[in-house]
Amino acid sequence: MILVTVGGQLPFDRLVHTVDEWAREKQREDVFAQIGNSSSPPQHIQWKYFLTPAEFQAKAREADVIIAHAGMGSILTALELQKPIVVMPRRAHLREHRNDHQWATVNQLDKGLGVAVAANEAELAALLDRLTEMKTPTQRRTEEYTRLLHFLSRAIDETR
Amino acid sequence: MHGVEQKRVLAVASGGGHWQQLMQLRPAFEGQITTYVTTNPAYAADVPGSELYVVTDANRSKPLRLLWSASEMLVRVMRTRPKVVISTGAAPGLFGIVFGRLVGAKTIWVDSIANAEKMSLSGRIALRFADIVLTQWPHLAQVTGPLHHGSIL
Repeated sequence: MILVTVGGQLPFDRLVHTVDEWAREKQREDVFAQIGNSSSPPQHIQWKYFLTPAEFQAKAREADVIIAHAGMGSILTALELQKPIVVMPRRAHLREHRNDHQWATVNQLDKGLGVAVAANEAELAALLDRLTEMKTPTQRRTEEYTRLLHFLSRAIDETR
Repeated sequence: MHGVEQKRVLAVASGGGHWQQLMQLRPAFEGQITTYVTTNPAYAADVPGSELYVVTDANRSKPLRLLWSASEMLVRVMRTRPKVVISTGAAPGLFGIVFGRLVGAKTIWVDSIANAEKMSLSGRIALRFADIVLTQWPHLAQVTGPLHHGSIL
């Protein structure tokens, strides 16, 4: 199953429609999309506006691959569940978000994490054709994580 | 608790990536008495045994909701009287930091890892209020803050 998700805040029709068109062409019937408050739902794939956190977790577990906006919620879920993920960043000039931080995220995200990035619809369509070659993302770099936890627990312990 | 006094921690995060990052920071305040504040009641399932309160989700494109969210957070901070306020964003977390400061709590802002080229707007405002402001990206750290002490990835 292919899970498409745009996160809990805003719709992202450019992402959903690209996958919808691809699913029509390839006659894929195993695509499910969470589309946000969109005024133009997809025609050829299953969809829902929103999922509860539990429903989202269940769908993500079930998925073979995740296609998402470049939100950290989606990316962290894929890393945690070790699911291949393709992300396309929302753009501010297309009014897909308040600012371009998703563009910044994908430009800085460690390439070693194994998150596939599509800058636009054309790149997304190209990646969709190569989904079977997608790799499972790598484990997170635990030294950085341990360091952050140590710093925070110390800061909290030192509080009077 | 090895004789160490447990502290009241108020941990605040909006839904989605902010909440997931807060969940990853949880080991840092595991031994404390933690009260969570978020924007989606369904997250209560993630923190069994802890108090969880919900405030209105808001951002700068919805000023009235911002005001409402802030007043809800003020009530929560006054009732909880935390020793520590920690937040991964966004706007409700910033209110938690500001009001936490008001009641003398140690306030800690961890800017979302999503903000890879520039601190979030809330994070930049938090620089003026919080005791500790962290960025998860080394290249955004500055001597005067934000500081970098690791990241969740």
